[in-house]
Amino acid sequence: MSTALGTLPLVEVLDRHPAVADFVKVLGLPAAPAALTLAQWLDELPDEAFFDVGMERGQMLDHLQRLVEEVRAMESSADARIDSLTLIGGHDKQGRMELVELTFRAGDIVCIVGPTGSGKSRLLGDIECLAQGDTPTGRRVLINGREPTQARRYAPDRKMVAQLSQNMNFVVDLSVREFITMHARCRMVVEPAGMAETVIACANALTGEKFAPEVSVTQLSGGQTRALMIADAALLSASPVVLIDEIENAGVDRKRALELLAGGEKIVLISTHDPLLALRGARRIVIRNGGISEVISTSERERANLQRIEQIDAMLMGIRDRLRGGLRIEEELEWPN
Amino acid sequence: MQLITVAGSPSVGKTSVILRVAELLRQSGLKVGVAKFDALSTVDDELYAQKGIPVAVGLAGSLCPDHYFVSNVEDCLAWGERQGFDLLISESAGLCNRCSPHIDGVLAICVVDALAGVHTPKKIGPMLRLADLVVITKGDIVSQVEREVFAFHVRLANPGAQALFCNGITGQGATDIVQHIRAAAPTPSLDGSRLRFSMPAAVCPYCVGETAIGETHQRGNVKKMRFADLEAAR
Ligand SMILES: Nc1nc2c(ncn2[C@@H]2O[C@H](COP(=O)(O)OP(=O)(O)OP(=O)(O)O)[C@@H](O)[C@H]2O)c(=O)[nH]1
Ligand SMILES: [Mg+2]
Ligand SMILES: [Zn+2]
Repeated sequence: MSTALGTLPLVEVLDRHPAVADFVKVLGLPAAPAALTLAQWLDELPDEAFFDVGMERGQMLDHLQRLVEEVRAMESSADARIDSLTLIGGHDKQGRMELVELTFRAGDIVCIVGPTGSGKSRLLGDIECLAQGDTPTGRRVLINGREPTQARRYAPDRKMVAQLSQNMNFVVDLSVREFITMHARCRMVVEPAGMAETVIACANALTGEKFAPEVSVTQLSGGQTRALMIADAALLSASPVVLIDEIENAGVDRKRALELLAGGEKIVLISTHDPLLALRGARRIVIRNGGISEVISTSERERANLQRIEQIDAMLMGIRDRLRGGLRIEEELEWPN
Repeated sequence: MQLITVAGSPSVGKTSVILRVAELLRQSGLKVGVAKFDALSTVDDELYAQKGIPVAVGLAGSLCPDHYFVSNVEDCLAWGERQGFDLLISESAGLCNRCSPHIDGVLAICVVDALAGVHTPKKIGPMLRLADLVVITKGDIVSQVEREVFAFHVRLANPGAQALFCNGITGQGATDIVQHIRAAAPTPSLDGSRLRFSMPAAVCPYCVGETAIGETHQRGNVKKMRFADLEAAR
């Protein structure tokens, strides 16, 4: 197979395979006359050129071939669409069996509640790694009713499960537009730039503090960052399952955020005590002492209460916006009853 | 006994990951030891000792750490045999991007750190490119997007290799590493084994203690930088 790539003219290889072109460019290998094939070009390079870039002659063609295949595999692997995720209980800290089997479907929102330190993060962790009885809780996770394949467990750039952690720092110093475009390119989106604009617009719809695409990601506020990450997870992430460790009330429209995620046919699990979120899901999982102690279905009464809580929240959001705009809040406030 | 080489730039989280992995391996009844290689100093031996993991330390001092590693790895293997280990993990800091202690037929793990920035995987040489398994640490500190982009670049840097995230502090992801380790072949001996990539070549007066600067002292294996303005003038 490697001979096939080797017999192509170098210019054609570089043109057809941007990943190879990038690799060769980063290595800084000397350019070649246009007529050479890839194999001829490699043959003519001195041994020293290979050593200097940390490769052996014999490894080069094989590496390039693997690179081409890897990119092809990434392009062709259709986004992991899943219909359901099943959680099979293990045991709590005392070894008591959990005796539950929960199935979540695309579009479901599930909340996880329980005191700090009770094991909520552990549950998210089990789902994140698609546990197969190999974590301390002994829980198992099935995808579409079956054990996930090894390939699915180990594809770090397109994991089945995306976890939006509390920490959301950026190391890259790029503008929001460049950063999201870069992500879109990694996801092999046909029009990365257009996609980036969509994600940014969507993020701006989630936050009271709008930001421009030109601003550096490191300058975003906590709320802006959250909004951007949620929009990205909904529209651009490879993962059909999204885990969220609390969406703090950092100026993010949490209701819209959830609608956005669930609307993208994702399964969303949130660890939260925010009534707006916890009552929005169809079910909530109660964790005590490291184990699932109860699964509560949201009742009609709770749904009715949720509506009122939403009204109160909208009012608070409005007040917050006015404060941000430098206004006074002096009128008699009318709370919904 | 099984040998595993773990390499990665300084402070990426090698020890943290090894400690998590060793804990799981020991829970399943295996005896694990560590050989730690470093350049000038290390406190890793204390970290391992605290967890009751036997450790041998080798400091390369004035020698190239890579050359030091190959000259000593067989002795480490013998030490491991004498101690009756099931597994010997070598931890070495890849001090330059060209370093690579990986050996044919020996499970090779490269640890990279998501904090290093998304372009770093391109810059790391054989240590990453020739590893069997790439472990990405510190994913907890960066955003989900940066994790995904970073992992994508790792895949391009070592196409076809397995890569996974492991949090060195919580141990999340360590079970997956253990699975890879348990599936790898034992290492009865290193006699006749080959490094996956040659060591840095350097034989010049500076290797053996020269400190004076100037053209007359540059003999042997010398390579000069090229400058665009001078090239153009030629
Ligand atoms: N947040 C976070 N910190 C980590 C993670 N892994 C390691 N660290 C921290 O990073 C620092 C360095 O970790 P070590 O395990 O000592 O790194 P190392 O690669 O063994 O370092 P050397 O052997 O000195 O080259 C420590 O403070 C760890 O606690 C991780 O996944 N997340
Ligand atoms: Mg260490
Ligand atoms: Zn070196």
